[in-house]
Amino acid sequence: MLAKRIIACLDVKDGQTVKGVSFENLRYAGDPVELGRAYSQQGIDELVYLDITATNEGRKQIYSLVESVATNLNIPFTIGGGISSVEDAENLLIHGADKISVNSAAVKNPQLVSDLAKKFGKQFVVVAIDAKTVDGLWKVHTHGGKRPTDIELFAWAKQMEDRGAGEILFTSMEHDGHQTGFACKEIAKMSQMLSIPVVASGGAGAMSHFKDVLTEGKADAALAAGVFHFGQIAVPELKKYLANEGVAVRI
Amino acid sequence: MKIAIIDYKAGNIKSVEAALQRLGCQTVLSRNSAEIQSADKVVFPGVGNAGAAMQALKAFGLDKVIPTLKQPVLGICLGMQLMCKYSEEEDTQGLGIFDVSVEKFVVKSGEKIPHMGWNDIYKLEKPLFDGLESGSYMYFVHSYKVPVFGFTAAICNYITDFSAAIHKDNFYGTQFHPEKSGTYGLRILENFIKL
Repeated sequence: MLAKRIIACLDVKDGQTVKGVSFENLRYAGDPVELGRAYSQQGIDELVYLDITATNEGRKQIYSLVESVATNLNIPFTIGGGISSVEDAENLLIHGADKISVNSAAVKNPQLVSDLAKKFGKQFVVVAIDAKTVDGLWKVHTHGGKRPTDIELFAWAKQMEDRGAGEILFTSMEHDGHQTGFACKEIAKMSQMLSIPVVASGGAGAMSHFKDVLTEGKADAALAAGVFHFGQIAVPELKKYLANEGVAVRI
Repeated sequence: MKIAIIDYKAGNIKSVEAALQRLGCQTVLSRNSAEIQSADKVVFPGVGNAGAAMQALKAFGLDKVIPTLKQPVLGICLGMQLMCKYSEEEDTQGLGIFDVSVEKFVVKSGEKIPHMGWNDIYKLEKPLFDGLESGSYMYFVHSYKVPVFGFTAAICNYITDFSAAIHKDNFYGTQFHPEKSGTYGLRILENFIKL
């Protein structure tokens, strides 16, 4: 059976992981590869590296990061943040990225998603969507959630699938950081509407939240950052818990 | 041990290259017939779409070279599919090493395509799966599949049973990515190197 995936997201700035992270007995001074390796050894299924570097100079370091991750880890990973052209994506592919994710650039130019899928295959293209409700309607936000748009979430997700996205990474800004559970209802709606995998993000605070989003939320994968980084939830325990709850996971 | 990785601009080869190097192999990326023919082993990677990949192979004359190779050859993902005789993906004629057609997944009840993620495999055959247990998880990402047939060397079930791996004479193929499948995947590459 295809396992539900558990994904850890790492924020990277100028080639270093941003948030302080500590596992039991181990400390990492911001080395994204070492951190990724530690997660991999704990049984994480996939990694997302999100580049939040603001400067063009700092951006170039992402290529050596990608190469280093591809060379040193043997699980799949996605790189996202600031990708706005086919050329950007090609450079990341050459350096060893398995998948890239686009967000604001897809909103600005939806054709980009079609172009990326055509050139590299849909399996390479993840479309990340940040959304929250505005006057009762789920609206897409860009630029790290700072800019609201008038685009309706579900129609947008469908358009992205039609244009060739291989996967949707949906973050509910309403749930993100609150640790009170994922947006199960919306994720279930999106997952049933689409024929490509949906990764749920935003809201993880307890192991039961993962179970909820992977069962009633119908997500194909669940992503979290803080609860993993700060040791609130350990990946091996989470996997064991999910397996006991009847969720298909890789152990 | 010198391993030629066939270079025809078909996706991400960094990880497989690095994995083979970590296992102590010398790797060379090549589209040169003589260089490929003289390597101890050949890895035939591939991600993307069958039509474009086949065109690239033809452009480099590799479609004539690969089927005549005598050393162990490992096709990965699209590389494995291209070793088959035909693919429904863009109505593509393959290399014909395996007399089987690559088919599109037919969704039964809302399953997602591409088949993306970790799936367990079973009916594992040696030598490729030596030391691995039935039920091991491997990383897959694909929208087309090779059905179970006479040369199936491992089975995966997603919507239906299909070939997770194939083997005939010196030709081996894995639908999953051993270079992305953690320690079990590395074991498969190690087994291939030992052939």
